[in-house]
Amino acid sequence: MIRAEEISFCIGTFRLQRLSINVAKGEYFILLGPPGSGKTIFLECLCGLKKIDSGRIYIDGHHVTNLEPRARGIGYVPQDYALFPHLSVEQNIAFGLCVQGSQHKQIQAKITETAEMLDIQRLLTRRIPGLSGGEKQRVALARALVLQPKILLLDEPVCALDEVTRQEVCTQLLDIQRRLGLTTIHVSHNLEEAFTVADRAAILNEGILQQVGTLDELLNKPNSKFVARFMRCEKNLLSRGNSSRRPELG
Amino acid sequence: MKNFVYTPVRGWRDRVFSTAAFFFVSVFIIFILTLIITDVFYVDKKAVLTVMASKFIRHALWMSIWTSFTTTLIALLFAVPMGYSLSRFRFPGHILVDAIVDLPVVFPPLVVGLTLLVFFSQTSPGRWIQQDLGIEFVFQPKGIVLCQFVAAASLAIRSAKTAFDDVDRRYESVALTLGCTQWGSFRRICLPLARNGIIAGGILTWARSFGLFGPLMIFVGSFRGRTEVLSTTVFLEQSVGNLEVALAIALLLIFVALIAVTCIRLVGGSTQVRL
Repeated sequence: MIRAEEISFCIGTFRLQRLSINVAKGEYFILLGPPGSGKTIFLECLCGLKKIDSGRIYIDGHHVTNLEPRARGIGYVPQDYALFPHLSVEQNIAFGLCVQGSQHKQIQAKITETAEMLDIQRLLTRRIPGLSGGEKQRVALARALVLQPKILLLDEPVCALDEVTRQEVCTQLLDIQRRLGLTTIHVSHNLEEAFTVADRAAILNEGILQQVGTLDELLNKPNSKFVARFMRCEKNLLSRGNSSRRPELG
Repeated sequence: MKNFVYTPVRGWRDRVFSTAAFFFVSVFIIFILTLIITDVFYVDKKAVLTVMASKFIRHALWMSIWTSFTTTLIALLFAVPMGYSLSRFRFPGHILVDAIVDLPVVFPPLVVGLTLLVFFSQTSPGRWIQQDLGIEFVFQPKGIVLCQFVAAASLAIRSAKTAFDDVDRRYESVALTLGCTQWGSFRRICLPLARNGIIAGGILTWARSFGLFGPLMIFVGSFRGRTEVLSTTVFLEQSVGNLEVALAIALLLIFVALIAVTCIRLVGGSTQVRL
């Protein structure tokens, strides 16, 4: 569904180095890594918000590397949600539909449907300042989902929430993803989130993709000390001896 | 409806702090009001009647109003794209351009008038504009707008740039993923969020233009019924010894300025955001 081939991007002294991933249709993929490892930059490259130095991006088999963000059919929920503070919740959700020039009736129907799905009908008339973290997260998700994107990119969607809400929202995210059959890439530095939602995961460090696989694979066969430490399973690495195997990509 | 958040005052430390802060507010407001009240008491009925009856003063008032508003509109027309460009794009010489934008603000006002006069009367490009193109500025009403623009436009540009700087770029990024073009994200997101700063710049520009005096005396003069504006009328009246009339005109100037600034704030504050 979405394939990134050897993506390189340089900003200041930081470099994303020849990153490749392949996420299948309907898969929930999580990109893990410590803060500053380049996860957000990689997501922005996939969206088209950053122009990559080299590499290719395919969505549904179509080459989209040079397409503008609006032409990629990607729903994007950034870190801290970036809800438009001068618009109401309803206007935030309707934003993309208004830009597309949809009919008023159609807009209202889609807003109602999306609000019901995320259980935020009561928030529609509210202003953005004053919403709680969880409410903001749901509104940002609704704003992305109302356009019925093929792919959903979530940048640390639950990091600003408390532990109870985080777990609840992660379960809800997975439920929505399964219901809509959305291909999802979720960025996080939190391992617990990965265990709640992910079909597969990748681990990124300092702009280099360390390993890609199911969580079982990452746990039981970490290919480097970094992955083992990140997955908190250094024992497994020690029992296999120090592996010199290169990261298995894609 | 806007949500105003007031800082709660608790305990004696907060009270001392808020009292100290309000001391400065009070001193400033009382001082300005005292100056205006002094003018009011100095002005007699005869001077007020003279001002109200004079067709030249009415003309000067009208000239002050239309030139200052025209200048503000033109300044905003430049300020919005310039402020956005300086805020969002980096290009060779960016810092130099940024500094040049501020230059007219630090010019002594007389220098603005003198420089414009020299340019339009002593240089080939200036003479070409005036004589060959037939767009005359020197000692003409159009010159008032040009003079005000040079002296005040920087304030609008600087305010617009600061306002755009304050708009988080992630809002525009998200708008791009939601179907907007660059222009669309600017129009629907960036411009509404920067609106208050742009309006503040417009008010500053208008205020500076409305009260401008020195450069106008040099570049367009103060011809009765032609290039006279209220600020130059005040000067002319006091120079011939009509101090009461000069102060009556000054009060008229203050009154018009107060109404205009209040109206701009009200209109700016109540404008509804549309998608």
